[in-house]
Amino acid sequence: MDFSTFLIQLLNALQYGLLLFLVASGLTLVFGIMGIINLAHGSFYMMGAYMAFALTALSGNLLVAILVGIALSVLIGFLLEWALFSRLYKRDHLDQVLLTYGLILIFEELRSLLVGDDVHGVPIPELLSASIQLSETLSYPVYRLFMSAVCILLAIVMYWLIRHTRLGMMIRAGSSNREMVQALGINIDLIYRIVFGLGVTLAAFAGMLAAPVSSVYPGMGNQVLIICFVVVVIGGVGSVWGALVAALLIGLADTFGKVIAPDYAGLAVYVLMAAVLLWRPEGIFRRI
Amino acid sequence: MPLPRNKTRNYLPLVLLVLALFPVFGSSYYNELIAKIMIMAIFALSLDLLVGFTGLVSFGHAAFFGAAAYSVVLLSPKYDPGNLWLVLPAAVLTGAAVAFVVGLFVLRTKGIYFIMVTLAFAQMIYFVFHDTPLGGGSDGAFLNVKPELRIGEKVLLDLNEPMQFYYIVLAFLVVAYVFLRVLLRSPLGHALAGIRSNEHRMQSLGFPVFLYKLASFVTAGGLAGLAGFLSACQYGFVTPEILSWHQSGNVLLMVILGGMGTLNGAAIGAFAFVVLQEVFSALTKHWQLLMGAVIVTVVMVLPGGLSSLPQRLKGLLIGGGNRNG
Repeated sequence: MDFSTFLIQLLNALQYGLLLFLVASGLTLVFGIMGIINLAHGSFYMMGAYMAFALTALSGNLLVAILVGIALSVLIGFLLEWALFSRLYKRDHLDQVLLTYGLILIFEELRSLLVGDDVHGVPIPELLSASIQLSETLSYPVYRLFMSAVCILLAIVMYWLIRHTRLGMMIRAGSSNREMVQALGINIDLIYRIVFGLGVTLAAFAGMLAAPVSSVYPGMGNQVLIICFVVVVIGGVGSVWGALVAALLIGLADTFGKVIAPDYAGLAVYVLMAAVLLWRPEGIFRRI
Repeated sequence: MPLPRNKTRNYLPLVLLVLALFPVFGSSYYNELIAKIMIMAIFALSLDLLVGFTGLVSFGHAAFFGAAAYSVVLLSPKYDPGNLWLVLPAAVLTGAAVAFVVGLFVLRTKGIYFIMVTLAFAQMIYFVFHDTPLGGGSDGAFLNVKPELRIGEKVLLDLNEPMQFYYIVLAFLVVAYVFLRVLLRSPLGHALAGIRSNEHRMQSLGFPVFLYKLASFVTAGGLAGLAGFLSACQYGFVTPEILSWHQSGNVLLMVILGGMGTLNGAAIGAFAFVVLQEVFSALTKHWQLLMGAVIVTVVMVLPGGLSSLPQRLKGLLIGGGNRNG
């Protein structure tokens, strides 16, 4: 493998890892703060990708599609939290698993009814459709670099939000003691609704961002969900920092696994998880 | 609580009688359907040992079922019937062995981690069969001739024969049920119940909790292997889909639908699930939408599962206030 090929693979690994982080951070936040295990998280990623497809087809502009899509995702998140999830905080994980499994089936069929089962593509916006020449034969698309940059920016914003804002303080307090926070006069129900909405939006946004490079297809959410579980298991449940490190590790393992042993690349991620489980069953980082 | 348990057990001989006489009156379509339900009931019983009786919520149970089903196909000769003496124990052992290896890893985790890790390992095994040529890749593989039981030249049982197959499945369902009943009454079963309600206390009492959990996990894997064996024999082919997480989700659903922690509940859940699946898919191509709606409704309004329904209705009729009634 020469240097420019290596560089391209490294950039791909980074981009994949960062995208995974975006999806997994929502999952880990919702679990870490609200104690909800959400199998339907992958469905939100799928929803985002399909929204990007449908709204771009309507408006002809990915940016507009993403902005409208974000508004819709926040709305969907609030509605779901209000109608279903808010009633499950006191139940055990089994009920949450079951409810969200049911939701996956519903979302998947609604997708099939509304958009059909075909594979779709979303055009890359013209502004970002160029490629950077790395050597005479190899080049790297600008859109992928743009994706990575957006993910890094969002990671920084999230860190700032959780660590350095009043809302973040309330969120952290709410995750350690719900009743006490409520007794202090903070509307914890609203905080939870915001966190859940944030989780949904992060996943959907990742889907929208990924839509132009990966095609939009049925079942795309499930694949992402299981990899995200691996991210959360490796990183430690509830740890956003851990999710970032784990997602990057998985990006590397998956991308270079495909280069080194293409036939068994699907397994690389799970081998990594098994190794981490032997070493640290609680994940590399335990908490924020 | 002993009273209602005894009461439900009195129905068992009746259920057994109905199942035994069913093929006399039923058509071949319904025989096949009931056989499928009984296979799923064995599968659900095996998971109930983990979820309901040991407190381990596994979301990867299809791995053991599927690996065993694949072992049947891989161990049977291509154009001759496989030997039941060999194929059946091999399938059960495959389920148990895969569960042993997976258990060594996943049992190091607890609670929410356990749910996610079991799912991830099952997915890994799914990829083994999906991506490598071992079991025919994503197309799956055919079991051309189903196994038979022979002593010398005489064929005692032939699984190609639908009627014989039906009664073999019924016999195995009874065996699995009785086996679990006995197991749960044994010291091991009591230890598992202890682990379910308070793991730390059991640990401090000196019980080797990890080994007990592993024993439960391996037993459940072996029983799931039995179900996988029967399923491969019923349909005559295997695809990676039988290892998929939808399969794991569905069997978990059966256990919870029926009300976990009761053997009868798991069987009722399997029955309800397969019948619902059958009815919904006859109605529409998008039957999973209806299934999803049922699941969400059950979680939201019926946390104890279907087997708590009579109790709840009774409570409503008599006056609602008395929860123990």
